[in-house]
Amino acid sequence: MIGNAPAPSPTYAVEGHGLVKTFGTFRAVDGVDLAVPAGSIYGILGPNGAGKTTLLRTLLGIIDPDEGRRCLLGDDIPLRQARIIGYLPEERGLYPSMKAYEAIAFMGALRGLPLKVGRERGRAMLAEHGMGGSIDKPIRQLSKGMAQTVQLFGTIVHEPRLIVLDEPFSGLDAINQGKLELLIRDQARRGVTVLFSTHVIAHAERLCERIAIVAGGRIRFEGSVGEARDQLRPKVQLRTRASDGAWRRALPAETLAVDGAWHFDMPDEGIEPLLRALLDGQAGIESLSIERPGLHDAFVSIAGAAAAQQMQEAAGDNVA
Amino acid sequence: MTEVLRAAFVIARRDFSAVIFSKTFILFLLGPLFPVVIGMAFGGLGEKITTDSLRPTIGIAMSGGDVGKMEQAHRILSARMGAENLPRIQHAPKGDPRALLARPDARFIAIVSGTIERPILTGKAGDLAALEGDVSLLASAALAGERLPHVQVEKQIVAASAGAEAQSRLLTGRAAQVLVFLLTMLLAGMVLSNLVEEKTNKVIEILAAAVPIDSVFLGKLIAMLAMSFVGICFWGSGIVAGVKLFAGPDIAPPTPAVGWPAFLLLGGIYFTMAYALLGSLFLGIGAQAATVREVQTLNMPVTMAQMGIFFFATYAVDHMGSATEISAIIFPFSSPFAMIARAAQDAAIWPHILAILWQACWVAVIIRLGVWLFRRHVLKSGHAKGGKLFRRRSAIVR
Repeated sequence: MIGNAPAPSPTYAVEGHGLVKTFGTFRAVDGVDLAVPAGSIYGILGPNGAGKTTLLRTLLGIIDPDEGRRCLLGDDIPLRQARIIGYLPEERGLYPSMKAYEAIAFMGALRGLPLKVGRERGRAMLAEHGMGGSIDKPIRQLSKGMAQTVQLFGTIVHEPRLIVLDEPFSGLDAINQGKLELLIRDQARRGVTVLFSTHVIAHAERLCERIAIVAGGRIRFEGSVGEARDQLRPKVQLRTRASDGAWRRALPAETLAVDGAWHFDMPDEGIEPLLRALLDGQAGIESLSIERPGLHDAFVSIAGAAAAQQMQEAAGDNVA
Repeated sequence: MTEVLRAAFVIARRDFSAVIFSKTFILFLLGPLFPVVIGMAFGGLGEKITTDSLRPTIGIAMSGGDVGKMEQAHRILSARMGAENLPRIQHAPKGDPRALLARPDARFIAIVSGTIERPILTGKAGDLAALEGDVSLLASAALAGERLPHVQVEKQIVAASAGAEAQSRLLTGRAAQVLVFLLTMLLAGMVLSNLVEEKTNKVIEILAAAVPIDSVFLGKLIAMLAMSFVGICFWGSGIVAGVKLFAGPDIAPPTPAVGWPAFLLLGGIYFTMAYALLGSLFLGIGAQAATVREVQTLNMPVTMAQMGIFFFATYAVDHMGSATEISAIIFPFSSPFAMIARAAQDAAIWPHILAILWQACWVAVIIRLGVWLFRRHVLKSGHAKGGKLFRRRSAIVR
């Protein structure tokens, strides 16, 4: 859609080492280490209040950390790279009286794009995305979703090499969420690094090559989506014609019987020994399904456990 | 620095356009004309009130012959000195002057009783002190009667008088000082609420992520200053046209010591500096406010502080070269006002160059301080234990 291919980049587009940010006595970011590979789509997942926004603001240089070191596109002073970074904050902000294309051009101009070029690109972007009728409309006359789209265009109008999106899908309907996913993929195809935060797992599962799960200001998991899913054992559901027999001794100890089916996690040694026992014991396998856990399950498990641990620590501190 | 200025101009351009192309800007331009129109409409009446009604009236409670002599003396002296320089006199009924003054319908500020040889003035202590000389003069003239000599004064006209020139330059300095102050007070106060818009509509995070906060502050200051100059040009054109129309083209105000071109240039620069100094302070204070209500609450103490600074600078005008004037020049907020008055009275240019540099340094310091406070208290940035007011922001904090 726009311009040239990005220039060669360092191995990691974003790095954070031992980042700490405290508000009063609250540690919003608590010793975070993070490395986002250049050219990847990277998701920061976490429940509300996990510290995602503070982490992004700290990485971008909007606020300084109390401790630690950050590095954006090879520079440890993020603002020096502002011209090749695009940022969509969680709290959307536009001047209500500005026309849509002017708002896009203004955001580009802030990051060094000449106004004339920004205006041309703004008009083209709006027209390409079916918003041709809104080009000259002031922001106050646009719907919330349209204004959000305008701001997104303003985030990428200057062709950044790194795009940081804070909760980009919130407030968008399903159709616009789909369009945003396409846009993110399109940018990544051009070699742009996309870092976004979300608490909606489905987007991260579809888009991200790597993710970090944040809870209580700390990173509880960092790796690929597959690795996150591998944190949990596959779920096995078994139906047998026989309800009892010697084969039952082969079922894992924590097996539950629900609605005439056996439910248990995949044993350490795999499914084959159990299958052999079922066949030998003539259990009569009616159905057997092995379901790999989704990212949602992994997230709930990791973030939930972290939240529980945090609550436990807080309780311990209070007792002390 | 280049990047800070570039970004500042992007923000300034946006703010300037937003204000200039808004409907309320027409009201802003017309606003100062309302008092001018009202002033012109009621000007004549106001003058009459000042010259007639506000002159004190003394009751003359003497014998009929003495009253006549006092009235005759008042007519002669009024013709020679100007009626506005004497209190008015009226015939008052004879009697106890104290009882006369105590009457609810008493129109007199004091009563002269007795005789013209021995007049007795009755009134409040403060009024007696003010009127004693006038009454003595009237009684003396009444006593002299027709014998009061009329000495003719021979006039010699000179092209220039050092004393008169110094006096007129002092007046020019004062007028310029008042003008710069009024414009600054009218226009710089608007900066107070400038960042509230960005905080309300959440644009501030977009700005903070893209450009240094210094650029945001500087850009807003430049935009408001540019808007002020548009207003000043508009009002100035109106005033010049009005003066040409009503006072004629030959009006020639006294020439300031540095000459008119340099004086006008310095006037513009000192207004800019006064605006930048107060504006950057207001911007810093206003940036701490979360709502328009908080800004409104801040308005009154800020205006009071401005008045204090102005009175300080005004006092310094009469004391050229004194410690007071030097203090007013060194104190950054009164410095532009003190220096424009100096430009009217002293031809030396180098003090202005020094003063402008000094004031510019303070603008930079105040902006930096405002930015530091904004980052620390609004963005909640920086180390919990200490400041980095002038150091470049580093990514490593230990």
